[in-house]
Amino acid sequence: MQESGAGGSVGIVVPQVVDIDVPLILDCGRLLRRHQLIVETYGQLNAARSNAVLICHALSGDHHAAGYHGDERKPGWWDNCIGPGKPIDTNRFYVVSLNNLGGCRGSTGPNTVDPETGRVWGPDFPLLTVRDWVRSQSLLATKLGIQQWAAVIGGSLGGMQVMQWAIDLPTRVRHAVVIASAPQISAQNIAFNEIARQAILSDPDFHGGRYYEHGVVPGRGLRLARMLGHITYLSDAAMRAKFGNDLKAPQPSFNFDVEFEVESYLRYQGESFVDRFDANTYLLMTKALDYFDPARDYDDSLVAAFRQAQARFLVIAFSSDWRFSPARSREIVKALVDAGRPVSYALIDSSLGHDDFLMPLPDYHLMLRHYLSRVADEVGA
Amino acid sequence: MSANLDLDTGIGLRPDLQLIAGWIKPGSRVLDLGCGDGKLLDYLAQHRGVHGYGLEIDTANVAACIARGVNVIQADLDDGLRDFETGSFDYVLLTQTLQALQRPDEAIEEILRVGRSAIVTFPNFGHWRVRQALLSGHMPVTKTLPAAWYDTSNIHLCTVADFDALCAARGWRVRERRLLNRAHREGWSIRLAPNLFAEVALYQLRGRLGS
Repeated sequence: MQESGAGGSVGIVVPQVVDIDVPLILDCGRLLRRHQLIVETYGQLNAARSNAVLICHALSGDHHAAGYHGDERKPGWWDNCIGPGKPIDTNRFYVVSLNNLGGCRGSTGPNTVDPETGRVWGPDFPLLTVRDWVRSQSLLATKLGIQQWAAVIGGSLGGMQVMQWAIDLPTRVRHAVVIASAPQISAQNIAFNEIARQAILSDPDFHGGRYYEHGVVPGRGLRLARMLGHITYLSDAAMRAKFGNDLKAPQPSFNFDVEFEVESYLRYQGESFVDRFDANTYLLMTKALDYFDPARDYDDSLVAAFRQAQARFLVIAFSSDWRFSPARSREIVKALVDAGRPVSYALIDSSLGHDDFLMPLPDYHLMLRHYLSRVADEVGA
Repeated sequence: MSANLDLDTGIGLRPDLQLIAGWIKPGSRVLDLGCGDGKLLDYLAQHRGVHGYGLEIDTANVAACIARGVNVIQADLDDGLRDFETGSFDYVLLTQTLQALQRPDEAIEEILRVGRSAIVTFPNFGHWRVRQALLSGHMPVTKTLPAAWYDTSNIHLCTVADFDALCAARGWRVRERRLLNRAHREGWSIRLAPNLFAEVALYQLRGRLGS
């Protein structure tokens, strides 16, 4: 599945498609008889099968977390953290990264064909929850012969999957690493998601989600959704430092063309997102984010939810993150302490905002490295 | 925890911390405020089966705790203990940090809310070397108070007599009091004149009766 990596890179990676033929009952009440997940793995599973680490991706992430596909110049989305000698050390761990169910990068999702109708799923694809993802990922783990993860790791929406894993399948997670996440999202966050969804839903090219059959994509809506998202992933200070108020030309042109650097940046981000992402998946992912609330299953007590967990936790937050602020991570930590669960919490001094969880900040990577090195020792990796 | 007490023993734990470890019942829940590199919590976990968490502000110390496998929460003590439930710990420890807090008295009230017992240690500002320095007209610089007046983090120093008076005034019950010299021993001189000869004071406190 991979060739040997050099210089801290896992090198060229080839994704594989895993068929999950066990029926999956979803939270919405519907049943998926079978589904496919596209997966990348890095490193070697040891004989005891004890060194496996699961990477859970965030809103727009996918299975390609590290290394290079054959023709690529850019590596996977978390390549700075996963590789030989990196914090998630592939010399010691067997790292599994997947595109979640409902994704648009090769796993069963709205842009794939429903085998029962022979039609692209589109808007008929069921809405999913983080719990559904954890069930789907647990079927993948079983298929890969992994009874227990040495660690489940994720940032943002990925961190929510980590918490859900620890609560729903306590014996299958030794360590839970929850980065830049929240115990449920705020009304402000739901509001941002709703605007993003309305941008997509109101695009005339959306066609009720059946745009594939019309040979178009709701590009305007998806672009706006991504532009809005990007504002929330950056701090005010980072935007000021990066773009300032600078006009691209010496004088204002008094029209609605791109005049400021930040406009140019947002349009570029929106544009490139349309090329790689599916609007129905974006809708589905934002809904999963909105629905996440593990306390809801335990009389609205996050403490009661975490009492189920057996994992040790590492929680990390970033000082400049206002989308998933440190205060939200402290809520997670407080509930874990009240539940008597082992937890460490690091607050990383940062400037970029929510996106910092993807950056190779030295203190951040040091914490991960220290923590995971102990995990590796513990599981005999 | 300041690093100004560096007398290590064979097991790598300072004698004052060994003394504290002896006060802690096996299997209890411990919160160590300003836990430094986590050495004490590590010792308590391994030798007394204690379930503990440390609070620490310094990033290098937090990293050291994580490397040791000690539960550490990165937070500023001056922001208080509001994230901790009343009576949620058997012991709350504050070693060599009291004098650096904004309001030591309020901190101890909070500690006694969160913990059934408080274990507090501080450098005794009544020690004769301190008095000698002050008599000679200078702020003291000693082994337990190594920083100069302008760069010390100590803003609320007190003597053993001051602390006893505070305990009495607030109704805190002193369960244990141990006074140590610079070698972390309890010599005859300390028994004779504790406030003059003790360099380090260790207290175990309980809250007011009925509280």
